[in-house]
Amino acid sequence: MDKNKDIETNDILGDVTNNEYKYGFTTDIETDIIPRGLNEDVVRFISAKKGEPEWLLEFRLKAFRHWLTLTPPKWAHLDIPEIDFQAISYYAAPRKKEGPKSMDEVDPQLIDTFNKLGIPLEEQKVLSGMAVDAVMDSVSVKTTHREKLAELGVIFCSISEAVKDYPDLVKRYLGSVVSYRDNFYAALNSAVFSDGSFVYIPKGVRCPMELSTYFRINASGTGQFERTLIVADDDAYVSYLEGCTAPMRDENQLHAAIVEIVVEERAEVKYSTVQNWYAGDKEGRGGVYNFVTKRGLCRGDYSKLSWTQVETGSAITWKYPSCILAGEGAVGEFYSVAVTNNYQQADTGTKMIHTGRNTRSTIVSKGISAGHSQNSYRGLVKVAPKADGCRNYTQCDSLLLSSTCGAHTFPYIDVLNDTAIVEHEATTSKISEDQIFYCNQRGIPTEEAVGLIVNGYAKEVMNKLPMEFAVEAQKLLQITLEGSVG
Amino acid sequence: MNSLKQYIELYLENRATVDENSAAPLNKLRAEALEVLERAQLPDSSCEDFEHTSINDMFAPDYGVNISRVNIPVDVASSFKCGVPNMSTLLGITVNDSFRSTSTLQGKLTDGALFMSLRAAAREKAELVERYYGSVAPLSNASVALNTLLAQDGALIYVPRGVQLSKPLQLVNIFSSPAPLAAFRRLLIVLEDDAAAQLLVCDHTQDSATDYLSSQVVEVVAGRNSSLEIIDIEESSSRTSRYSQMFVRQHDGSNVRINGTTLYGGITRNDYHIDVSGAHCSTTLNGMAICSASQHTDNHTRINHLSQHCHSTQMFKYVLDDDSKGVFSGSILVAPGASFTEAYQSNRNILASTDARMHTKPQLEIYNDDVKCSHGATTGQLDAEALFYMRTRGITEHEARTMLMQAFMTDVIDSVHIDGLSDRLRHLVELRFKGGPDALCGDCAASCRGESVVKQ
Amino acid sequence: MKEILLEVRDLHAGIENKEILKGINLIVREGEVHAIMGPNGSGKSTLSEVLAGNPAFTVSSGSATLNGKQLLDMTPEDRSHEGLFLSFQYPVEIPGVSMVNFMRAAVNAKRKYFNEPPLAASDFLKMMRQKRAIVELDNKLASRSVNEGFSGGEKKRNEIFQMAVLEPKLSILDETDSGLDIDALRIVAGGVNKLKTEKNATIVITHYQRLLDYIKPDFVHVLYKGRIVKTGGPELALELEERGYDWIKEEIDNESK
Repeated sequence: MDKNKDIETNDILGDVTNNEYKYGFTTDIETDIIPRGLNEDVVRFISAKKGEPEWLLEFRLKAFRHWLTLTPPKWAHLDIPEIDFQAISYYAAPRKKEGPKSMDEVDPQLIDTFNKLGIPLEEQKVLSGMAVDAVMDSVSVKTTHREKLAELGVIFCSISEAVKDYPDLVKRYLGSVVSYRDNFYAALNSAVFSDGSFVYIPKGVRCPMELSTYFRINASGTGQFERTLIVADDDAYVSYLEGCTAPMRDENQLHAAIVEIVVEERAEVKYSTVQNWYAGDKEGRGGVYNFVTKRGLCRGDYSKLSWTQVETGSAITWKYPSCILAGEGAVGEFYSVAVTNNYQQADTGTKMIHTGRNTRSTIVSKGISAGHSQNSYRGLVKVAPKADGCRNYTQCDSLLLSSTCGAHTFPYIDVLNDTAIVEHEATTSKISEDQIFYCNQRGIPTEEAVGLIVNGYAKEVMNKLPMEFAVEAQKLLQITLEGSVG
Repeated sequence: MNSLKQYIELYLENRATVDENSAAPLNKLRAEALEVLERAQLPDSSCEDFEHTSINDMFAPDYGVNISRVNIPVDVASSFKCGVPNMSTLLGITVNDSFRSTSTLQGKLTDGALFMSLRAAAREKAELVERYYGSVAPLSNASVALNTLLAQDGALIYVPRGVQLSKPLQLVNIFSSPAPLAAFRRLLIVLEDDAAAQLLVCDHTQDSATDYLSSQVVEVVAGRNSSLEIIDIEESSSRTSRYSQMFVRQHDGSNVRINGTTLYGGITRNDYHIDVSGAHCSTTLNGMAICSASQHTDNHTRINHLSQHCHSTQMFKYVLDDDSKGVFSGSILVAPGASFTEAYQSNRNILASTDARMHTKPQLEIYNDDVKCSHGATTGQLDAEALFYMRTRGITEHEARTMLMQAFMTDVIDSVHIDGLSDRLRHLVELRFKGGPDALCGDCAASCRGESVVKQ
Repeated sequence: MKEILLEVRDLHAGIENKEILKGINLIVREGEVHAIMGPNGSGKSTLSEVLAGNPAFTVSSGSATLNGKQLLDMTPEDRSHEGLFLSFQYPVEIPGVSMVNFMRAAVNAKRKYFNEPPLAASDFLKMMRQKRAIVELDNKLASRSVNEGFSGGEKKRNEIFQMAVLEPKLSILDETDSGLDIDALRIVAGGVNKLKTEKNATIVITHYQRLLDYIKPDFVHVLYKGRIVKTGGPELALELEERGYDWIKEEIDNESK
C-alpha cells in the first residue's frame, strides 16, 4: 500500500470543520467582458480579439452555424432548466496591462487569486515536479515551467499561444477527436472557445513533471468554454491534471469544455480531474452547469489512455470522458468517483469504443449520493465487428446516503464480435449501518464515520490520482458530504 | 412512414364488423384507443427503448387481419410440438386469435375458476371482464392501443379468491393461414386474493412458409397473497414476428414467477412491465433465448418497486449463433418509499459465431437508500478450459459445446417450478442445440463447424 | 522387449510466441512408471498440456507418437480415445453439467470411436459404481456438476475415478499430490496403483518426492528450462529431495556458459 496516500483522516476533518465552499470568493479585478448574447459577430469578435488566423475563424463559424441547427440533448437523467444562451457573455478576460513577459508583470491581484486557491504561479514557489497553466474566466493567465519543458521539446502553453506559435500542430489535431458536429455543447465550444491548454509531447519523451491546468470562473454572467488539446507522440508519456473552482453566485454559470487527446504508438496519457466547480447552495440555488465533452483517441498500437476523475462540484454534471481504442492492443481506463449532495445532479460515465484488435478497457465507477441529489452512471462499451480479442471489465457501485437521493446505472453494452469478453457488474446499496455502528462504538461520530467509510469505498479510484491531487480529492469528498447525515 | 395508418384505416372501414365479432367490454375501449392512435406512432429505432427493434417496421408489412373471424382450419396435432409427457394440463388452444376449448378442458375447472375465450367471457361474464380488461395495460402506450383497437378475442384466466388450481393450465397459440396474417391477441389473467395458478403458454406456427405477425397484450392482476407462475415458450418460425407486452400488477404478498423462452422465431420482442404495488411481494422474471440464422430476440424488462419489503430477481441468458442478434434491456426502479427492496438482475450471453451480436443495457434507477440492488451482464464465449477438459476425456468438440450450452441454460430451466415441465424444457433446449434428431452438422446452435481450434 | 507406448522427439512448444519446451526427448514403454520432476516454471505442466492437445499451446517442431500413431495431429478427444489420459493439476469446474452425463458422454464417445454401440444405462451405472470404489468417491459427488464445489482432494479423486472409467494406456498425472492431505494422497495413489497393469504406463509429474513413496517410479527425469537435463532411477528423486534443485541448475547453467 502506498503509505503517502493513506491520509490522516483526522487532520483532514480538522481542516474542514465549518467548511462550506472555500473557493467561493470573487476577485475584484478589471475584466474585459463583451455584452451578453451570441451571434456571428460575437464569434468574429472572439477570433479577432485573439488575433486568430483565417482558418480558425472559419472553423468557429462552421461550428456556430451547425450549432444553430441543434437543440440541447435531453437523454441524460438530468433535470436541466432551460438555458438562455443569449443571456451569457461569451468572452471575459482579466484586463492585461500590455502582455506580461515575466512574472513581475502579471497583475498582482491575479497572482493573489491563484495563491488563495493554493496555486502559486511564481515558479520558485511552485511545487517541484508540477507545471501549471492557470486559466481565469476565458483566458490563460500564466503557464509555469515553460522553458524547462521546452528543453525536452515538450510544448505546454495556452491554446491561444499554440495557435500563434505552432499553427501546424494545432491545425492538424484540433477537432480531430471531437468534431464540432459531435453534440450541442461541442458545437458551442468550437464556436466560442476562448482558451485552454495545449500539450505536445514529442516522440520518446517522458514528461518529467505533472502538467496541470487550473480553471477558475471569476466574472459573473459569463460562461467558460475552454479547450484542451493533448498530443502524445510515439513512446511519449505525460500525466496531466485538471482542477477547477468558481465563486459562489446565485445564478447558474455555464461551463462547456472540450478535451481532445491523441495518443500515438506505445504512448501513454494519464488525465486526472478534480472537479470542484461551485455546486450551488443547500437549497440548490446557483452553481455551475458542467457540460463537458472529453475524448481520447488511442490511435497508435499499444497506446494507453487513463482517465481518473473525482467529481464533487457543479450543480449539474454531464460528462463522459471516453476512449476510442483504435490501435492494436490499446488500453483505455476510466476511474471515477462522483459525489452529489443537496440538489446536485450528475450524469457521468464513459465510452469505451473498441475498434482495434486485442484492445482492453477497465471501468471503475463509484457513485455516492446524498441529500436530494441524483447521481447516474451512464456508459457505453462497444466492440466493433472486426475487433478480435477485446476485453472489458466494468464495475459500477453506488452508495446511497439518504432516502431522498437517487442512484442510477445506465450501461450500454454492444458486442459485435464473438471473441470479445465483456463483463459488467453493478451494485447499489446503502451505507452499512453495521460499519457506522462499529465506528460509533469506537467513539467516532457518525459524520466522521461516513467520511471514513466513503473514503474507503472510493479508495480504489483515489489511488489512481497523483499524490498531491489525492490529498485534495479526499478532503473534497469529506466537505461535499458534510451535513449529509442525520 | 407511420405503419399505424393501415390499421386505423382497416378499423375505420370495418368498425361494425370488428365490434360484431367481439363483445361489448372489448368494444368499449376501442374509441379511446383510436383517439390515442390518431396522434401516436409505433415506436421505432429512434426511441431509446426500441433502438434495436422497430415496432413500426415490424407492423409495416401488409398483413391480413381476420376481423370477420372466418374459421381457419388447423391441424393441431402437426403443429403442436410441445406435448409435455408426465404432465397433465388443462389445455386451451388459440388459432391465430380465436380461442378454442378442448375436451381436456371441458368441465374440468371447478370452484368458479375460468379458462375460456375472452370474447365468450366478455359476453357471459361482462361485469368481470369489464372490471379488469384494460386495467393494467395503459392505453397511452401506442402498441397497447393498437392491440386494443383490433383485439376481438384471446383468453381469460380467472381464479376466484382462495382457489388453488391443482393442474397447470396450458394455452397453445397456433398460427394458421393461407396468406400473411396478423393476429391481435389478448390474454387476461386475474388471480383473486390467495388464489394460485400455473400457466404454460406456447407459440407455434402451422407452417413455416407464411408470414405471421402476433401482437399480444397480456394483463395480469395478482391479488393479495396469490401465487402465479407463467412459462411462455416461443417455438414459431423464421417468418414470424412477435410483439408481446405483458403488464403485471402485484398486490401485497403475491408471488409471481415468469419465464420467457425463445427457442425459434423470426423477430421477437417481449416487454415485461411489472408493477410491484403491494408490500412483501416476490417476483421472479427469467428468460432465455437460443438464436440461430438471422433470428432477432429482444427482451425488455421493467420492474417497478413501489412498495416495501419486496424481492425481485431477473435472469436472462442468450446463446447467439450465425448472424442472429440478441437484445436485452432491463431496468429496476425503486421508488421513493420502497424501502427494504432487494432487486437483482443478471444477463449472461454467449456469442457462438463471428456474425452474432448482442446489445445489452441493464439499468438501475434507485430513489431510496434502504435497498440492495445489483445487476451484472457478461458477453463472452464458452469456457475454453472446460471445453478442453471435456475433450481430453474423449467428448467430441461438438458434443462438448452442446453440453456446455445446455449447462449454461440450466439455472433458467431449473427455475421452472411446474412438475415435469423443467425436464421437458431441458429436452427442448437440448434438441434445439443439437438441431433435432435428423439435423445436419451446421443446423444446430452448437456452432462448432468442425473447427478444432478453440478460440481463446 | 516391452513395446514403446509414448515416444517424444525434440519437442518444441510454447504459448503466445514464448517457447517453453525446448527439445523434449522421452520414451515410455508399457508397464513403466516415469516421474518428471523439476523446479517451478521448468515446463512440466506445459509438457502435459501439449501432449493432451490444449489448443492454447503451439507446437513449433518435433514429434510425439502414442502406440506408433502421430499424437500431435490428433484432436484432444482422439488422443483420449487412443488412450492418453491427463489428470489435471487444476481440474476445471463445469457448472450445470452433471458428472453422470459427463462420464456417459465420454464413455460413449470412446465406444463410438471404436465402432461399439453405446453402453446401456444400467451397465453404465454399474460400471460407475465399481470404478467409484477404487478411489472411495462418494456417491453424492456423482450427482453433482463436474468438479463444482468439490474440495481439492475430491477433485483429485474425481480425476483418478475418470481414469479408472476410461482405462487409458498412458496416464499423465500432473501434480496430482498438490493440495492433498496424507489420507487423500494415500487413496489417490492407491487408486493409481490398482489401475496399473503390464500394458499401461504412467507419467507422474511432481514437485516433491512424497508422492513417489506411494507410486514407485522406474525412471526419474529432471525437467529444467524446457529440457530433460537428467534421468535416473528412483534414487534420483531421493537425491533431489535431499539436495534440492540448485545443484542441477548450477550444473546445467555452468555447462551452457
